[in-house]
Amino acid sequence: MSQANRNPDVLESLLLRHQHNPNRLLQILIALQETRSWIDPASIDLLAERLNLPRARIEGVIGFYSFLHDKPVGQYRLLFSDNITDRMLGNQDLLEYLCNKLWLERGHVSEDGLASVDTTSCTGLCDQGPAMLANGWAIPNLSRERLDRIAELVLAKTPVPQWPPELFAIADNIRRADILLANTLQSGDALRAVIARGSTPDTEAAANARSWREANLPAALGPLATLEEIKRSNLRGRGGAGFTTGLKWEACRNAPGEQRYVVCNADEGEPGTFKDRVLLTTQADLLFEGMTICAWTINASGCNTHGFLYLRGEYRHLLEPLNAVLESRRAANLLGNNILGQAGFDFDIEIHLGAGAYVCGEESALIESLEGKRGIPRNRPPYPVTHGYLQRPTTVNNVETFCAAALIAQQGGDWYRSIGTAKSAGTKLLSVSGDCARPGIYEYPFGVTVRQVLEDCGAENSLAVQISGPSGVCIGANEFDRRIGFEDLATAGAFMVFDESRDMFEVARNFAHFFAHESCGFCTPCRVGTAMLKATMDKIAAGHGTQYDLREIEQLDRVLNQSAHCGLGHTACNPTLDTLKRFRPTYERRLKSLDFEPAFDLDGALAAARRMTGRDDAGAHLKTELQA
Amino acid sequence: MTDTFQLDGEDIPFSPGQTVLQAALSAGHYIPHLCYHPEFKPHGSCKVCTIKIGGRTAASCTLPAQAGLEIESDTEEMNALRRTLVQMLFAEGNHFCPSCEKSGNCALQALGADLGVMTAGFRHFYPDRPVDASHPDILLDFNRCILCELCVRASCEVDEKCVFALSGRGITKHLVVNAASGQLVDTNIALTDKAMQVCPVGVILKKRVGFAVPIGERRYDQRPISQQALDDAPRPASGSGHCGGCEA
Repeated sequence: MSQANRNPDVLESLLLRHQHNPNRLLQILIALQETRSWIDPASIDLLAERLNLPRARIEGVIGFYSFLHDKPVGQYRLLFSDNITDRMLGNQDLLEYLCNKLWLERGHVSEDGLASVDTTSCTGLCDQGPAMLANGWAIPNLSRERLDRIAELVLAKTPVPQWPPELFAIADNIRRADILLANTLQSGDALRAVIARGSTPDTEAAANARSWREANLPAALGPLATLEEIKRSNLRGRGGAGFTTGLKWEACRNAPGEQRYVVCNADEGEPGTFKDRVLLTTQADLLFEGMTICAWTINASGCNTHGFLYLRGEYRHLLEPLNAVLESRRAANLLGNNILGQAGFDFDIEIHLGAGAYVCGEESALIESLEGKRGIPRNRPPYPVTHGYLQRPTTVNNVETFCAAALIAQQGGDWYRSIGTAKSAGTKLLSVSGDCARPGIYEYPFGVTVRQVLEDCGAENSLAVQISGPSGVCIGANEFDRRIGFEDLATAGAFMVFDESRDMFEVARNFAHFFAHESCGFCTPCRVGTAMLKATMDKIAAGHGTQYDLREIEQLDRVLNQSAHCGLGHTACNPTLDTLKRFRPTYERRLKSLDFEPAFDLDGALAAARRMTGRDDAGAHLKTELQA
Repeated sequence: MTDTFQLDGEDIPFSPGQTVLQAALSAGHYIPHLCYHPEFKPHGSCKVCTIKIGGRTAASCTLPAQAGLEIESDTEEMNALRRTLVQMLFAEGNHFCPSCEKSGNCALQALGADLGVMTAGFRHFYPDRPVDASHPDILLDFNRCILCELCVRASCEVDEKCVFALSGRGITKHLVVNAASGQLVDTNIALTDKAMQVCPVGVILKKRVGFAVPIGERRYDQRPISQQALDDAPRPASGSGHCGGCEA
């Protein structure tokens, strides 16, 4: 309580930097927490007063995002990434190891308030796991040796920014580069091509006379020519849904309204996906160029356009490098006012951070989050292209989509559509992880077979591949000739490989826990259904499952598919049903033959009493079949 | 001539801006619903009003009415879905109807009865949700909360007090009150607030007036919710859709 009083100026200067704008609440909270590890009640009171928000609303925002805390979580918050790939690399043992080193219990702050250790959803380092976040900063390749080092630093109370940089060294692991990753464009090349394409004597005259935006039809031909190329390219969104990019841009361009927004969705939360991490590291310039081209294209006459990059909190380490790229683009007049000398072509981009909420990858939830609110997907229609950020026309695209758009703007739609397959133009970045010799990023033209990818990444004795993460599809060995593309296996990029030593039930159970943890809780079916699925998978894992439970899973899937509010709920049962269909024996060998078995575990109910009495001998347990 | 859409084979007229559920209720056709309240902007969270349209499903409370839509609502498939959703709500909270003073006046209970819900059908969660009895005149029993947000909306949009908000997410989502202490007594709620009147279940209760109406004469003893809802349907909105009291 006294913390805010001790340095209220931190909060005041934050408020000033964000113009006392309640839409910046989330950004203010994130920045505030970086200075003190949690948000204390006095700060909430002060924020409520200064932003004219009910304090309960601020509490609600803190309570929504898993990286924000209104209770102390220790000076050091150590979160192990808990994707199935981290588990396969032994993160559970490592977590226990660190807890012992620090003398604390998982999920509880140490007695002296120094540290807490827990798990978090996939942090996007599956190619170099197991991974963790130390006060939000990503550390890959965990091992006992590295954890010894980390424990020493924590016990010595060394601030995280002063930890040795090699702990935070993250590799790109680009294994196969194609047109995107191997592009040789220089900063501004694509933008100049766009402007040149639209430049006719008429538009030149119009631009010289007043501004290109105010001019009549001929001047508008510039953006339209680029829109035509994007449409001709058949580019489809790379975030998973695959909506045609040109149509989205056109709808946004045609939407009424003077202020419009270009938003890049870099909230790469789908477990097993890390291609955006690599694009943001190696292709940031191209990405921002794609966003600028989008702004140019959707900018109808007399409009202002502003850009946001929504960066997932797990990629906090990329914030400063990305801001540096933005600065250099401003210096080169590729952002700012009158870009590249085009009178009235004003556009800039700012970066907003997320704070640990997978659902914010859904575009309307992302917009809510950009507005500083709980990330709840909106009712649609209306769609973001007409009613997005602050109810204004907004184009939201994935990182990879903007990068591809920049390539198309420079080299043309026909060039792009000649690559890939009939319905899936261009290339796709795959984030390959799991049981293979060479995990990392592989860029292929669409149409590549799963078998080819497995061969290239050095996967042997593969049992299954989870395509596009938990919300995608799990395929078995007899389907490895299927192809990556919208015609067959549509994907946002995750490609997790499981070999014959793996238990696909445990894979599905990990994903069920993920969905339950990440459900926003807005709609009944997803809020309750994902929690029920998780409980049922745990019941089966504990040896209490029956045929009845398998039928219940199918019922939950039906309800979620028919009535969930967004894609999270629609797909939450997919991993379970996919594995149930393809690997049913791994479920059935866990089942009891009974038709029904209650979930209540008598012996489990005594666990608290055992902990209190410090007993764990046979006499402190009820005899159950599990022990037999 | 007004535009119409079809609901279970019958023509339903609608006016511009109405959703399917609003138009249906105005025309005297019932679609089961729970988080929708005729005086507030449709919310779309309980999903009980889900209907089928062209082989797909959608929440009818937020689906804009359009001429020519062909909607199926009163089918065994949709009613089975609604039953399951109501069962999920019963399993999620702690609902002890026989001892609840809202019994007979509770929309969740009435909806369950109307849809033929006999048991929760799922394992109960038995969540730990302490009551807030801090206020001298008002009891908050969170055990019964179905997270419809009607109190949040009423307090913000009508009372302009924002006494309630939601925190947490997923199955840990819960109602919070607007006070540093977290207690209702430290808010400016009043018995006359709209927020006192909108709870469809028994969370927000006036103290010392429970069980005043004998069994047999309570709201849903007299008529099932499917009929009651039609009388309630066409009403001017009291909620503005946004808060006049804060920047939210």
